[in-house]
Amino acid sequence: MTAPLEADEAEPLLRVHDLSHRFPSAAEEHWAVRGASLVLHPGEVVAIVGESGSGKSTLLNCVAGRIAPSAGQVQYRRADGRWVDVHALPERERRELSRTEWGFVEQHAAEGLRMNVSAGANVGERLMALGRRHYGELRATACEWMERVELDPMRVDDSPRAFSGGMRQRLQIARNLVTRPRLVLMDEPTTGLDVSVQAKLLDLIRLLVARLHLSALVVTHDLGVARLLAHRTLVMRQGRIVEQGLTDRVLEDPQHPYTQLLVSSVVAP
Amino acid sequence: MNAATAGYNFAYLDERTKRMIRRALLKAVAVPGCQVPFGSREMPLAYGWGTGGIQVTAAVIGAGDVLKVIDQGSDDTTNAVNIRRFFARVTGVRTTERTREATLIQTRHRIPEVPLTEQQVIVYQVPQPEPLYKLEPRRSAATRLHAWREYGVMNVKLYEDIARWGRIDSAYDHPVLVNGRYVMAPSPIPSFDNPKMHRMPALQLFGAGREKRLYAVPPYTDVKSLDFEDHPFKVEPQGHACALCGSTDTWLDEVLQDGGARMWTCSDTDFCRERREEKQP
Ligand SMILES: Nc1ncnc2c1ncn2[C@@H]1O[C@H](COP(=O)(O)OP(=O)(O)OP(=O)(O)O)[C@@H](O)[C@H]1O
Ligand SMILES: [Mg+2]
Repeated sequence: MTAPLEADEAEPLLRVHDLSHRFPSAAEEHWAVRGASLVLHPGEVVAIVGESGSGKSTLLNCVAGRIAPSAGQVQYRRADGRWVDVHALPERERRELSRTEWGFVEQHAAEGLRMNVSAGANVGERLMALGRRHYGELRATACEWMERVELDPMRVDDSPRAFSGGMRQRLQIARNLVTRPRLVLMDEPTTGLDVSVQAKLLDLIRLLVARLHLSALVVTHDLGVARLLAHRTLVMRQGRIVEQGLTDRVLEDPQHPYTQLLVSSVVAP
Repeated sequence: MNAATAGYNFAYLDERTKRMIRRALLKAVAVPGCQVPFGSREMPLAYGWGTGGIQVTAAVIGAGDVLKVIDQGSDDTTNAVNIRRFFARVTGVRTTERTREATLIQTRHRIPEVPLTEQQVIVYQVPQPEPLYKLEPRRSAATRLHAWREYGVMNVKLYEDIARWGRIDSAYDHPVLVNGRYVMAPSPIPSFDNPKMHRMPALQLFGAGREKRLYAVPPYTDVKSLDFEDHPFKVEPQGHACALCGSTDTWLDEVLQDGGARMWTCSDTDFCRERREEKQP
């Protein structure tokens, strides 16, 4: 897969520059992320792969503005065209970005959903935060989005507790996409689900990302997910990005010994 | 003042404490609906018995005031009687059960039926001052939501009420937007009373003792009950008439009589008495 780059889209949406993070509790020389740089273009999906503890989630959380990195910068080009330094923004503006122009899909849906309110309220929350105050319209929009993520809109008033893992993940996606974000960050969105459920969910994500022309950073330890979703793939090891390139190239012709090991340890599809 | 209270300052609290509370009240009046922290003192009553309201009353009461104290609309519950006696003893001010005669009214859970005037101040006892409490129990996080005016989550709750019950279902403590800025808990008054807060001529003060917060609504301030465009806030009629005065436009309590019979009567006992007196001259 190649990124559909059009002329006006040559300008990136996101730039991460020389980002490092060490948790305050960690040992002196233990960096969760070390010197990571990356660029994401509009409409592009980039996978971040690597073994457990390699720093994938930390990097993603730094990009999301949830963790202030020890060093380096995250720059984002807003819908109005202005570049902002995500971590230099006042917290109020950062939060506003994160619930309008960005989405974040958690591995554990329970962390990304309000489990004590209905599916409809979950999907409607971002709209209400933007000031929408018409119940009937909010509910209708929730139903529309449930349909888009292939959930039965008849269940709009049901609690997500009554949903299966795959359904919760779909609901989480709908809740994020309802404000038409430009950038979606996903941390292991399919991990822990049954294989057949995973496959369907990946298809859906691929479809939505293409249809809505989203840019996405997807953290996964599953090379199959990267192969299916991502135009480009970054490989992390011990906090560093050791290799990055077009997904097909990285998987067919890995350059770094660690990537070679990673690829060879997975049974070819 | 009698011997039992000799040695106490006027209105029990010392002048420094009263000044501290007044300073917090001035802030609260300047930023309507915004919760202001204050150094809540130990009072000779347990939390839950209106210590917040009592401290506010103690800070604003003057020798010329006429005090009325109500609990759920009634002047003669134990709680109301105790607080009234307490202030009579530590200030010597005149007390009354008549809303129209009072200059200062301390209340728990009700607003009197008689419209209040510019000459009056009403002090509410508040158990939980944070309207976001159920949605965001962490105090610091809730404070930030207020600062950033992030109130979407408040409507999530109301959305859920409609989805579940077909209507906005907070019979008590229905959140309000004050002066177009702060979302505020009206203390657990019945939603029936919410419209009375809107552009009320009297100054409204709120004190939460355990939570160490107070807030205020200055006279003639907009107070709007939160709702949806297609599900506007409205007061649901109770569908009963007062068994004593026949009123159908006041808030009624259901009382269980000896023998098990049920009866609806005005919760505002002073107003009920007034209505009855009007009828039989
Ligand atoms: N909150 C934290 N406090 C201290 N150390 C942390 C914290 N979160 C992560 N770490 C450490 O930082 C390093 C990177 O962790 P991170 O969670 O980013 O890895 P990951 O690649 O997402 O792993 P996984 O695949 O298991 O989710 C690890 O050594 C981890 O132990
Ligand atoms: Mg992780």
